[in-house]
Amino acid sequence: MQQLTVQQKLEILADAAKYDASCASSGAKRANNGKGVGHTDGTGICHSYTPDGRCVSLLKILLTNFCTYDCVFCVNRVSSDIQRARFTPEEVVNLTLDFYKRNYIEGLFLSSGIIQSPDYTMEQLIQVAKLLRTVHHFGGYIHLKTIPGADERLVAQAGKWADRLSANIELPTQQDLVQLAPEKKSTIIEGTMGQILAHSDEAKEASIRSHLPRHMLPKFAPAGQSTQMVVGATATTDREIIQRAGALYGNYKLRRIYYTGFSPYPEADARLPLKAAPLMREHRLYQADWLMRYYGFAPDEITSEANPELSLEEDPKTSWAKAHPEFFPVDVNVAPRESLLRVPGIGYRNVERILNIRRYHRLSIEDLRKLNVRVKHVAAWITAADHLPTSPLVSASPLPSPTAQLDLFAAASALSGAL
Amino acid sequence: MHTVHVPPDFNAWRELARTALHDGFRPDEITFCDSTEPRSLSLLPEAASPGGPPHVKPHVSTAFLEAANFAATHRDPQRWNLLYRLLWRLQENRNLLRIEVDDDVAALLRLRSQVARDLHKMHAFVRFRKLEIDGDEHFIAWYEPAHRIVRLAAPFFAERFSVMHWTILTPDESVSWDPHTKQLTFGPGADRTQAPEQDELETLWKCYYASIFNPARINPSAMRSEMPMRYWQNLPEVEILPQLMRGAEQRVATMVRRQQSKPTAAPYVPELHTLTVLREALPSCKGCELYEHATQVVPGVGAAHAKLMLVGEQPGDKEDLEGAPFVGPAGSLLRGVMEELGIAPESVYMTNAVKHFKFVQRGKLRLHQNPRLQEINACRPWLAAELDAVKPQVILCLGASAAKSLLGSTFALMKDRGSVQESAFGKQIIATLHPSAVLRARDDASREQMRGLLKRDLQFASELASGKHR
Repeated sequence: MQQLTVQQKLEILADAAKYDASCASSGAKRANNGKGVGHTDGTGICHSYTPDGRCVSLLKILLTNFCTYDCVFCVNRVSSDIQRARFTPEEVVNLTLDFYKRNYIEGLFLSSGIIQSPDYTMEQLIQVAKLLRTVHHFGGYIHLKTIPGADERLVAQAGKWADRLSANIELPTQQDLVQLAPEKKSTIIEGTMGQILAHSDEAKEASIRSHLPRHMLPKFAPAGQSTQMVVGATATTDREIIQRAGALYGNYKLRRIYYTGFSPYPEADARLPLKAAPLMREHRLYQADWLMRYYGFAPDEITSEANPELSLEEDPKTSWAKAHPEFFPVDVNVAPRESLLRVPGIGYRNVERILNIRRYHRLSIEDLRKLNVRVKHVAAWITAADHLPTSPLVSASPLPSPTAQLDLFAAASALSGAL
Repeated sequence: MHTVHVPPDFNAWRELARTALHDGFRPDEITFCDSTEPRSLSLLPEAASPGGPPHVKPHVSTAFLEAANFAATHRDPQRWNLLYRLLWRLQENRNLLRIEVDDDVAALLRLRSQVARDLHKMHAFVRFRKLEIDGDEHFIAWYEPAHRIVRLAAPFFAERFSVMHWTILTPDESVSWDPHTKQLTFGPGADRTQAPEQDELETLWKCYYASIFNPARINPSAMRSEMPMRYWQNLPEVEILPQLMRGAEQRVATMVRRQQSKPTAAPYVPELHTLTVLREALPSCKGCELYEHATQVVPGVGAAHAKLMLVGEQPGDKEDLEGAPFVGPAGSLLRGVMEELGIAPESVYMTNAVKHFKFVQRGKLRLHQNPRLQEINACRPWLAAELDAVKPQVILCLGASAAKSLLGSTFALMKDRGSVQESAFGKQIIATLHPSAVLRARDDASREQMRGLLKRDLQFASELASGKHR
């Protein structure tokens, strides 16, 4: 076979990696070591954006797209009739350093098709990270994809060199896996996640007890672990996906779950849909994910048994609010943080700002407008210094049982002549 | 009105503001003019005396200093007056900065966040180009920030690229880093021609950029909101953007067409899955090319609700001529084994993974050829419909092709032969050797051994189907 150039390999192996959604480079802080290029300051930087709207923050490639597995949803499956290529570890190291020195990237995201065995594949990935860290003193970001089922010793090594590790859950349910990824079992994938968590916890405990200076402490994947699932390749509902996500966050302390809406790819299996899952579905799942991680929603609350799919027309927080009129209105000047977080149209940042400001100043609708709150959107759900909600939605809620208060209102309406 | 001219530098303003506070100038009695702005033509500068109380020891919080330091680099000519007004008001109200809805505070925060965004974009969008100077590598970038942020941005590059010799040129100011002395050096502004025009790596970088996006998910408005066009002229990868955008739709259409044109029997399989209906529909199948050469289609035979279903590979020469499965040499071997085990052929359902004979003509001979994975996949809808009609307890796959059809294309026959597997097609699937493999064995000993394996697996499958191994 004719030898491929590095450029040809890059075309093939970046193309094959583009279905992996995760590209964030945040969460790790790594000072420059004075011996090589690179540092990370914790927030991550998007160095460019591609026409699909995704950010380019890392050199995201596969070490090889040869794969012995036959996962139906994956472009690299063994039965796929695509061009194959394989980088040497040195080629990946040089590409990473050369791109980094031009300020094109924050670091490397390295994944791979499974060749020979999970252990062998994992060793190859580790080799790249180790070369970067030990030979070139690279201080930039490294994200390694762990191969499910690889030996625990290898997981431990990977975490030593990488900022973040991830094991892809691939599909939301075990049934989906049986259908589309016959070689993958959720127990094995979750086993790897459990190992990553255990090593990370051990490293944290060791650093609490240790008297070593901070930079000498043993680190294990300081930016934590993440995972990815493909949505829309099977009929699994949003409710099942969100509950699965909730369980994964709870069990393995994942930093993030990435949702990739299924999209068609060359040589796809005929059993798969021909159209991409709507971009909006992915977006709604991310919104639901944020509700769980930052807004205090339980997975159960976001959808219902009767309506297991997220609405494509309205965001999940608004849907929840409409289903819970008894919760509103929320008074922006006195309500606790947890209640403010549930108001549709008020984001996490603005809740913090509202809590800060109201210690010195009672907030009016005009004040909210100054905070860039979409007043038209929130007016129905809140009480402010100069505002009572008037939305038909809230007043249409079932009337409370008769009380003394209701009489008060009755008297008031008699005065104004209203019914 | 007292007028003060301020160079575009936070510390310069700070000195002037300190004096003004000390003298007691109220914000409406003093104007800070940015010295980079054209001066007004007023020939007679008005002398004015301060009307406020002098602040000898003014209160300045670190929060104000931090925000003001950012806002000072903004190009808004009114920023110095805004900062002075806030500084004056802070003397009365020390909590002022916390009230984000106050108009002055909001204006300060807006300036600060615009500068912070510009700074973030500079960290992201500076592109170094490598030069060899006297055998040393020197990385040089040309960049045009929206505001005067070079001094705010430089420490980031100093830490990140501490071992490189680098220079960033901007219209207002330039900055260099020497990796040996670990010093930043600031210099005058420059123009684009002083920076290298290209870098050897840009072709590779563009190739990466072109490969990493997914044409099926094109979303240019999301791209533009994060990467405003004012930064584009500095980004080499953006040069290929028009061709990528134009090509995306075409690429997706080609992919879908190819997937649609993959052979599949699905359109020919009736919705009602009963054996009679399937048997009537089968002859019309043109799901793949095999129908063109075979004599006829070969449907399955046996009990309509058999507990055990045997799945072979595909019809052979004799089956093709007779239109019935397992009637050739391999079939008679199989029937012999079944007879020894006391399994009546009518009690099971027998069929093939592929329904048409595949062969190459050699003179008068028709030589059997193994079906390709694509043909097995194309024919799978028939097999799935048969499974749905019969609903067997146990499926026994005879040979690798049948096993691959139901257990995935990487199923390793000799490794997992004889054990119970599960897939979307059934809860109890067992794979064993194909009887023709027994016929082709290289010597008598191995033929006997292989026949033994086939018999053992068949017996196990039969017993499992009748509920013996619960």
